[in-house]
Order: sequence, then C-alpha cells, then structure tokens
Amino acid sequence: MSLTNEQKEQNYAALNAFIEEHKNDRGPLMKIMQKAQDLFGYLSLETQTLIADALHVPVTEVYGVATFYAQFSLQPKGEHVLGVCTGTACYVKGSAAVLEEVERELNCKSGHTTEDGKFTIQATRCLGCCGLAPVMVIDEQVYGRLVPADVAGILDKYR
Amino acid sequence: MYRSHVMVCGGTGCTSSRSLEIIQRFEELIAANGLSDEVKVVRTGCFGLCERGPIVVIYPEGAFYARITPEDVDRIVSEHLLKGRVVKDLIYHENDDKPTNTSLNDIGFYKKQHRIALRNCGMIDPENIDEYIAYDGYKALGKCLTELTREEVIDIVKKSGLRGRGGAGFPTGMKWEFGYKSVSDQKYVVCNGDEGDPGAFMDRSVLEGDPHSVLEAMAIAGYAVGASQGYIYVRAEYPIAVKRLEIAIGQAREYGLLGKNIFGTDFSFDIEIRLGAGAFVCGEETALLTSIEGRRGEPRPRPPFPAVKGVFGKPTVLNNVETYANIPVIINKGYEWFSQMGTEKCKGTKVFALGGKIVNTGLVEVPMGTTVREIIYDIGGGIPNGKKFKAAQTGGPSGGCIPASCLDTPIDYESLIAIGSMMGSGGLIVMDEDNCMVDIAKFFLEFTADESCGKCTPCRVGTRRMLEILERITNGEGRDGDIEKLEQLAKNIKATALCGLGQTAPNPVLSTLRYFRDEYEAHIYEKRCPAGHCKKLARVTIDPEKCIGCSLCSKVCPVGAISGKVKSPFVIDQSKCIKCGACMEKCPRGAISKK
Repeated sequence: MSLTNEQKEQNYAALNAFIEEHKNDRGPLMKIMQKAQDLFGYLSLETQTLIADALHVPVTEVYGVATFYAQFSLQPKGEHVLGVCTGTACYVKGSAAVLEEVERELNCKSGHTTEDGKFTIQATRCLGCCGLAPVMVIDEQVYGRLVPADVAGILDKYR
Repeated sequence: MYRSHVMVCGGTGCTSSRSLEIIQRFEELIAANGLSDEVKVVRTGCFGLCERGPIVVIYPEGAFYARITPEDVDRIVSEHLLKGRVVKDLIYHENDDKPTNTSLNDIGFYKKQHRIALRNCGMIDPENIDEYIAYDGYKALGKCLTELTREEVIDIVKKSGLRGRGGAGFPTGMKWEFGYKSVSDQKYVVCNGDEGDPGAFMDRSVLEGDPHSVLEAMAIAGYAVGASQGYIYVRAEYPIAVKRLEIAIGQAREYGLLGKNIFGTDFSFDIEIRLGAGAFVCGEETALLTSIEGRRGEPRPRPPFPAVKGVFGKPTVLNNVETYANIPVIINKGYEWFSQMGTEKCKGTKVFALGGKIVNTGLVEVPMGTTVREIIYDIGGGIPNGKKFKAAQTGGPSGGCIPASCLDTPIDYESLIAIGSMMGSGGLIVMDEDNCMVDIAKFFLEFTADESCGKCTPCRVGTRRMLEILERITNGEGRDGDIEKLEQLAKNIKATALCGLGQTAPNPVLSTLRYFRDEYEAHIYEKRCPAGHCKKLARVTIDPEKCIGCSLCSKVCPVGAISGKVKSPFVIDQSKCIKCGACMEKCPRGAISKK
C-alpha cells in the first residue's frame, strides 16, 4: 500500500487525534499502535517515533512491542494480503501442501511480498472456520476446502 | 408477533461461506412477498454443525437447512414460507439413505449434547440485548445485586464445582475468594478471550453468539470480588466477536446494566475491550495481564498470583470466556442443578471444537464424563472416507494425543492427564491413518518454538533443539539416540521453563512417543514413514498393471511430473514430483500410491 502525501497527512492527523483522545488511558501503547497500523498498513520508524514522543516513552519500547506481536508489521504489505491457515485442523487436512503451492505459483516465500508488490503471503494462525479446512484468505475473502490444484485459479482473480 | 423465524448462522464459519448474502436474499424476498410483518430473519451465533454450514433453521417447525446457498433461498421462501411446505431436499440428512430428519432435535449431532455455555448460540440475535433479556439475561446479575451478599455469590460458585474452562481447571469459586480477600483500593476483573490454541474456536463462538452472557458474568464477578472495572482481552483475529462485543457493551451501558449504580444499587462496573496482536503466549495469565498494560506480553513467575497482584499491580480475577458463560445459569438455576452434571471431580459441561478428519466438524457441548468415543462417533459422525481412526489430539500445543486404545476414557481434567493428554481449552482434532504422528509432533513444536516469547532459556532454546531433531527425523536423517535425546530435552524443559507455554511444550512429543514410538523408530531406523506423509521419505508411483492410460493424472499434476502415451501406463518423474497427491485423488483406478 503506497500512500500519497495528502493521504499521509490525513493519516497522521487521524493518528494524532487518536493519541490525544487515548494517551491518558491506562496502558494505551498497544491500542495506539493498532490504530497506526490500521491507518498506514505498517509501522514505519517515523510512525513509531511519533508515538514514542507523544507518550513520552523511548522508541525502543515501541519497537519492542512492535516486534513482539505477530500482527505488527515493520514493512509495507502487498496490494493483496494472502493468508493460508496453518491451524491444526487445516494442517491435518493438508494446508501445508496448499501453502507450498501458493509459494510456488507466486515464486515467493511465506512471510514475504512478491517483487511486483501484488501479494504478501502469510502462514496465519487458526482463523476459526475449521469446518472449511483447509482455508486460505485473500484480503477478506475466505476460500475453503482447498486442494493444491485450486490455487492457481483463485490467484488468477487477483493477478 | 411473527409467525415464522428464520435463523441464519452468522458465526465466522458460515459468514465465510456467504451467510450474509443469504440473509440479504431472505430479507429481499420476504419484503417482495409482503411477509415483513409475519416473518423475521435473525442473524444468530454458531449452531455448532459448522461442517454443514451455512445453516438456516426455520421456527416454529425447527426445520434444519444445511449447506444453503443464496440461490436456494428463493425456493425456501416460495415453498416453506409462503406455502408451508418444508423443502425436503435442502434439509440436512445425517444418512443419505434415510432422509428422515426434519428438525434440529432429531439430529444425532445434538442428541447427546447439553448446551449450557452455548445455550443462546443459534437461539438469539447477539446484537440485540432484548433477545438476551428475554432468555433470562441479566436476571442473575439482578439477583446477585439485590438478593445475595458478595460472600453468598462466591459460595454458590464454589459449591457448583465449576472449574476454569481455559484448560488448567482451577476451581473458579476459590479464585474469586482469593480476589475477594485481597485488600486494595482498586481491583479488576479480566476475561481471557485470547483463544490461541489452533483448531479451538469455542470462546469465539460464545463471544459471537452470546456476548451478553460474558458481560453479565463479569459484572457478577466484579460484584463478588469488589472490582469496578473489567477488561476483555480478545484476539484481533476475531473481528466479528470484537464487533459484537462492542455492540453488546454499548447496549448494556444504555440499559444501565453496565456503568454507575447498576440496578439502583451502589455497585458500579464497566468493561473495556483490549485487543491482542498475535502472540500465543498471551493466553498465559501473567502474560495476558502484561499485554493489557500495553507492553510486550511476557509472562512472569508466580507467586504473586494475579488475585494478589495482577493488572496494573492490583488484585485481578481472570477467567476464561467459557467459564464466564456458565456463571449466569448457575446463579439462576442453583449450584445443585449444575453440580448434578459431570463426574465426581468435574461438574457441568465442556465445549469442544471438533476438527480434522471427522465427519461433523463443529462445536459440541457435552457433560463432563462423556467418553471420547461418544464425542467422535455418536456426535462427530466418525471418520470420513472409510479411513481408520488413529488419534485425537486435545489441548493443542500443550496437550497430547489420545490413541484408539483410550477412546473409552470419560473426559475430565484428571482422566485426560492420566492418559498423557489434557483438557486444554477444548480443541479436539481427529487424525486418521494418513496422518504421521512424528510430523504432528513436529507441527506443534514448530508452533511453540515460534511462539516462545524468548524470556527463559529452556523454552527459547530447548524447543528449538527439539524441533531440529524432529525435522531431521521427518527428513529421513534421524539417528540412533534421537528418541532418547528428545526425552531428555523434554524432561528438562518441563522442569525448568518459566510459564505454562514452555512447561507443556514437550507434551505433544512425549505423548506421541508414548503411543506411537514405532512410527518414530520406522522413520529413524527404516527411513520409512508408515503413514506415507513425510515427503522426503515418500515416493508416489503408478502401478503399470492398474493404469489404463487415461492421462487424467498428468493433466492435474501441478508441476508436470507425469508423462506417458494415452492408453499405455504413465510414469512419474521422481525428480519433479512434489508429492502433493493431486494425481492420486484424480486416478479413477486407484493405480497411484504413496509409500
């Protein structure tokens, strides 16, 4: 997700307003970081510094939290975020083969973004729709009961 | 009054398979047919039979429609809602030969269940507080605040025998009593909704299907221990649950059921949601409390226990979602009623999320003491595709496997520990003969090694070393002595890790070693995977005797590894084959096998 300068300014204004509203809550750091990640799609060093300054904590603390939790990203994500569920129910029904097929089709490893910036591949934790196992999610759309042969056709819709 | 209610599941599973479009279509057609005053469409929580989703149940008949598509809705409206004729071919049948079930109560999946924590899931609109109130909602809170003393509330919970449903099984009433006895100017009540066990989704279903029951119970806990503030910590992966909780909290505040002077008493209590950000260790109580404070969710040694020193350094009572969901019913119906169910040491029911190689994937709630066999075969419908049962895994990455020889074990906290597994939060994943147990152990170790927070060495380094050995074994490079090394590491990690995550991380290895040691030995000494799962040890081959040369396999092969001439036997190029098994599924003659 690349932002125009105007969008960036709007996002920073929204983030500053959110910080202003919540900075006196008890333990506000994570919710502010979550808001920032929602707005920008990731936490740049610039954003982390801004949050640290506003809350009067060292940047290391913000960075420490950002790297502790899987959902905070320090890099921008691709246009489409693709997650293959690797929860147990999906795993025993063959999600590893689905993930391998995705990696092969897109020529990109899980945890990375394709060179053209189209897809970010993630091996996600359990998504909780185990009745549809094995499951893959692209953006918000869920694809269930997959076999590796289904992968190419689904990816074509987004390429 | 409406003459019919159309209940459509709005849980995560059914929403993923287009249930929102189904609701929209029902609403359009009901309006177009002028039935808006007669028929009401309700988006409910989870019905439990996720395998058959999306699910639509129409009352008063209780007609149970399964795997409905938005296109099917037209027929249901024109036949069932307009003419009063149940659309038989869309009704769920357990047995294709005998399409006899028409209503929910006739279905074997529900017969042995006893829904307490899930009582309202599928029955009410979770976004409407009035529907919760109509089912006795907030009555228990009213009773506690106006009729019972704090000590009496704790006494009822203690006598009910309710134990923590998060997995450890600590008596809830005793926990509340500790919180009550702690002296402080401020105390907190926390709900653990960080359901991190892969394949477990009961807490999510309660939060999605009946959020008010958790809010009500937290307020009751707040009254009992003397807290005025509650926090619900929910995984960020559960957007629908978070949204419904937000709505529920808003409605409860509006009705004066949260906030200042509840029921006109001097008791005030409010609840705030805190979102997790993807860290399994935060399901551990001390880590969760640290995360609520907005910090790295690292656990700390206990004591002091949270009831003495919890969130923001104040006494905190922390229970799991399912535990809370039981509380209002216990208060309303009495501890005697509750303690009749279950076994001597474990009262009440337990919700399990059935998954993996089982016919009825979904959510079931059974009395404690029900056997694993009853859950898997009578409720779960057994193993699909005529395969053989191999093991059931409970307790997720902290638990272990239950082999066929232990299927008749009655489920409770102690009996599961005795057979080397554990209750855990309630994930129950079934595996068949195609699953390799060494690989499953590796899968869980990958998970715990990845989720280890890194604070203590036994967990950070020890799980990594175990994982490396398991990787070697599944890659066909296992050595003599590996099993003994695994056992030694497991013993040391269990004895020395700081928190529950590390102390239980070796369990999947120990339990598979206990029951499936021969599979480990086959990998190490014979370089063979008995289940045919481990790719480095497997070869996919076509039996030239059986092959009819139809070429289907070569068309489905994603890597072009199969070649041959039509009407003569095909062959697989082993250097290209990725052993995905797609050809095996396509072959009409069963000529392809993986060994």
